[in-house]
Amino acid sequence: MVDFIMQPWPWWFSGILIGLTVPLLFLLADKAFGISTSFQEIGAMCAPGNFEYLKRHQWRSGIWTVVFALGIMVGSFIAVQFLSSEPVEFLPASFASAGGAIRLVIGGLLIGFGTRYAGGCTSGHSITGISNLSWPSLVATIFFFVGGLAVTWGLGNWIFEGIAQ
Amino acid sequence: MSGVDGKTETAKADEPTKSSETGTTVETKGDRFPSFVTIAMVLLVGIYFGIVLTKSEVVRWQRVHDMFLFREPFMYLIISTGIVVAAVLMLVIRKLGLKTIQGEVIKYEPKPFHTGVVIGGTIFGAGWAITGACPGPIYAQIGGGAWMALFTFAGTLVGMYLYAWLKPRLPH
Repeated sequence: MVDFIMQPWPWWFSGILIGLTVPLLFLLADKAFGISTSFQEIGAMCAPGNFEYLKRHQWRSGIWTVVFALGIMVGSFIAVQFLSSEPVEFLPASFASAGGAIRLVIGGLLIGFGTRYAGGCTSGHSITGISNLSWPSLVATIFFFVGGLAVTWGLGNWIFEGIAQ
Repeated sequence: MSGVDGKTETAKADEPTKSSETGTTVETKGDRFPSFVTIAMVLLVGIYFGIVLTKSEVVRWQRVHDMFLFREPFMYLIISTGIVVAAVLMLVIRKLGLKTIQGEVIKYEPKPFHTGVVIGGTIFGAGWAITGACPGPIYAQIGGGAWMALFTFAGTLVGMYLYAWLKPRLPH
């Protein structure tokens, strides 16, 4: 049992626990599970500037998205420090370079822009949206993969040079 | 949570301010901080989700890369299992008419379809493939000590501001 916990979890176990997040968050906090709204929240809370998109955002009621993000950080810290028998490799070591940093910033930019334009990410659209039988979320998910597959197969040799295994 | 009563109170309380101020602040009326219990519950579920993300390895760049290369079914199995489990439980919640611990009726508001779902979705997918992380895993990577993920996070904020700036000119 302890060994099971300390090893990386199998897909079926992880899948069930990820699926549970949706009803848990609804039942315990009356919130629809989603993460990328936290980006808009941070902008609206810290520096909305003159952007209607941020000025109109209800950042007080939306503050739960940042709390949820903080929870994820704490949870991941716990998983790494106390629940893993071996170190977790998040990013390949080759990302720790100027080229790696540039790739991450550009990729992050696409994530921030894309999720906000699409109105959600893998959690809000793919998990929560599809499980609530909302067809726009299925469309969004299909195009998440269109973008990801296009980049990996089309530009992969160039973008992942020296990084991919 | 203050619930339905709280919402009507809020609306009443904000009415005078609404009429005395200029149009731009109208949208923020009724914007209140969630209750302490809600915040505590959100934090708990967040910690739970962070543990699951990292222990399931969906936070690993290599797993995402192998997913897009069709090298292993791992990520596809996790995502589809998650969707099925969530769908079944949401169905149960609706059939039984279960309420939140605050006594609220559980209601999911579908995200609307617009051009951005297609264009933005594709752009996000590209970023997911490059960084090996969607928004949840970005936070998990930072919390887990993968400091390079701070670059990804900085990028997301730049992208979010770019969207805030361009939004009036983008098709929706």
